[in-house]
Amino acid sequence: MQDPIRKNPLKKTRTALLPPAARSRKAHLLIPPAGRGEFALPRCAACGAFAWPVPEACPVCLSPDLPLTAAPRGGEVISATTAEVPADLYFRERAPWRVGLVAMDCGPQALVHLHPEAGQGDRVRLSLVLDRAGQAVLHAAPEGERDMASDPQWQEMAADPRRRRVLITDARHVAALPLAQALLAAGARQVWLGLDEAWKPFAGADAIRALEGAELVPLDLRSDRSVGDLARDLGGKVEILVNTADLLRPGMAFAPSVPAQTREMMEVAAFGLMRLMREFAPAMASRGADGTAPAAAWVNVTPVIARVPHPRFTGYGTAHAAALALAPALRQTLGTGGVRLMTAFTGPTDTDWFDAFPHPKLTGRAIATEIVAALKAGREELVIGDLARDWLKRHAENPRALEAELARGQY
Amino acid sequence: MARRGYDGVVLAAPVTVPYQRYSTESTAWWIGRALAGLAATSGIAHRDFDGFMLASFSSAPDSAIGLTQHFGLSPRMVDFLPMGGAGGVMSLRRAARAVQAGDCDVVACVAADTNGPQSFRYGLENFSRFSQDAVYPYGAGGPNVSFALIAQAYMAATGATREDFGRIAVAQRQNGLRNPHALMRKPLSLEDYLGSRPIAPPIHLFDCVMPCAGAEAFLVMREETARAQGLPFARLAASIERHNAFPEDRVMLRGGWARDVDDLWAMAGMRPADMDLVQTYDDYPFISMMQFEDLGFCAKGEAAAFLRDRDLTVTGDLPHNTNGGQLSAGQAGCAGGHIGLVEALRQVTGAAGPTQVEGARRALVSGFGMINFDRGLGSGAVVLEGA
Repeated sequence: MQDPIRKNPLKKTRTALLPPAARSRKAHLLIPPAGRGEFALPRCAACGAFAWPVPEACPVCLSPDLPLTAAPRGGEVISATTAEVPADLYFRERAPWRVGLVAMDCGPQALVHLHPEAGQGDRVRLSLVLDRAGQAVLHAAPEGERDMASDPQWQEMAADPRRRRVLITDARHVAALPLAQALLAAGARQVWLGLDEAWKPFAGADAIRALEGAELVPLDLRSDRSVGDLARDLGGKVEILVNTADLLRPGMAFAPSVPAQTREMMEVAAFGLMRLMREFAPAMASRGADGTAPAAAWVNVTPVIARVPHPRFTGYGTAHAAALALAPALRQTLGTGGVRLMTAFTGPTDTDWFDAFPHPKLTGRAIATEIVAALKAGREELVIGDLARDWLKRHAENPRALEAELARGQY
Repeated sequence: MARRGYDGVVLAAPVTVPYQRYSTESTAWWIGRALAGLAATSGIAHRDFDGFMLASFSSAPDSAIGLTQHFGLSPRMVDFLPMGGAGGVMSLRRAARAVQAGDCDVVACVAADTNGPQSFRYGLENFSRFSQDAVYPYGAGGPNVSFALIAQAYMAATGATREDFGRIAVAQRQNGLRNPHALMRKPLSLEDYLGSRPIAPPIHLFDCVMPCAGAEAFLVMREETARAQGLPFARLAASIERHNAFPEDRVMLRGGWARDVDDLWAMAGMRPADMDLVQTYDDYPFISMMQFEDLGFCAKGEAAAFLRDRDLTVTGDLPHNTNGGQLSAGQAGCAGGHIGLVEALRQVTGAAGPTQVEGARRALVSGFGMINFDRGLGSGAVVLEGA
């Protein structure tokens, strides 16, 4: 593919068509594992047989109990073809489209999106990935290390930063500079970083200014006007938005300062996200098929405390839980244009506000590296850091025990 | 166990409502024309049809029962078979047993579908659960890709070539040019076939049928009823039916016929060589080759060599899809599962007119359909014998 050039304003912006989105209710179960990059298929709890497509009962023993289960990812291509004239408009526009019939090592056969270098008789590695309609589909690539960037079908499903322009909403976030560096290293065309109240000291400003391809732009998420002003400049140019908005003031629920501080945190994390959604989400959705590097993803960097209420961070957790509650609306708006919403849950970071937390704590670089990898893999959820993963697991197993443990300082 | 025969049961009154590429009429209109055709051909008033079998994909919101009131029918038995290419065989088998057992006297078997410019895509989107979940989202865009994957595997397994497929399509076009109702009116050469636009290799344009609107119909009754009405008739000498025949096969290299073929010929008391003509389900010529193999005309994997030495035209040594089949006449939805049956009924009763095979008395008709996920599920076959 060629590098994007300046757009001819006389040409119509391509309508963001989507692949077929209709699925059975059971098939929707595949979305979460696909979004996490896991390979899990329905497997009969009674007889152990894997089944595909997702059935209502096991075709071997008729048990209705078929939980999604991690499956071996290998397979063999039985047959392959190229759809030159698909009936569906999305595929028609992107034809020729490679399709394969694969005998999966776990048992059943499946139709798959097929990597261009895989052919009949080849061994392949399967992935469950979300397509532009946000639905889980199977993709197969030859076994071994593959350059997925060379597969245009994979690129349709991923949100590779290559050749895309990125807005990072808060330059003061610990991951902002590392994100800018990692995105540019991954081939991003331009990275803008929002900076509020520029008169306030900001130690990272010089490093950002020195970074070729990066630029500080004024953005105060607490201000309707500021967000609107930036959207008028960049709304039609941003292909990946990484929302790093964060303001942390710890405190139990009963401290006198908590309501006022919570209001401040809500203003940034929740209302800030609302302002961004209002100004940027429809514009990005409308550019889901614009040119060779169309709008692709919106990333919310979300402290895991939004999902795991922490008694010592009441207001902070409330503000981010409120922001997290906006995700379905944001996902549906972006989804009309095939733009992915990704939530990156982060554990405590190695910053002053988490100084009382024991290690391991997250560096900005770790956050940046994982987010860029997840964009390339087309994921919609990732959990960054051992502590965050541990909390989520403990929360899923026994939320009341975790609550008590955290209150006692048992991280 | 030995299958019981259909003694005393016959088919009569072959009706084809001439196909149109697109129709603004609803499916019920086409069903109405088919019922009127049956009444006119048989001289039996439609109110006296006491069984009604309907095969259709596009009759919604009605199934067969709502249409009884629509058309003033008062049947003792209705059945609805929105089941594609094996539907003709399925309707016939059910009607024949009902007549044989005395549950019905005259059963109308009707297949009809209308077709608009958006019908094909709509049909794909709503075809089946497995197709919706695991085929359509892959750019498969309907049967072409699924059949391409099967065809590729078939070619790799048997060594059959596109030339072998092409000879079938070319012979059928020669037959189709005799059929005034066939939608495809231009002669087709092997060069045309080989040079046609790739759709999903190895499937090219002339491997594909043209979706259209149309209807096919026939009556099933006792032999004495047909004689009393003075109707030419055909006996049902044998039949088989099987669905999802070989679920353990990784890819479809054989159809359900392979499982039941011995029953078919034993019941008929005939051999493949006794057939004066063969009507296969030809939604893709390589599927016809699979039928010749699985129905015992040649060994498995040898249809290419078998057919290479044969002339499949109306005047040839193995007349095949004598009215041009779906490839030349068009595919009117579920009527595509009946076109071979109705044409065979004409042939063995000497009523085929311009496509008549001289002296035709015995015909094999086979059905195949419903590519739900990775394979066609339905298969069936019947042997018809003229009186």
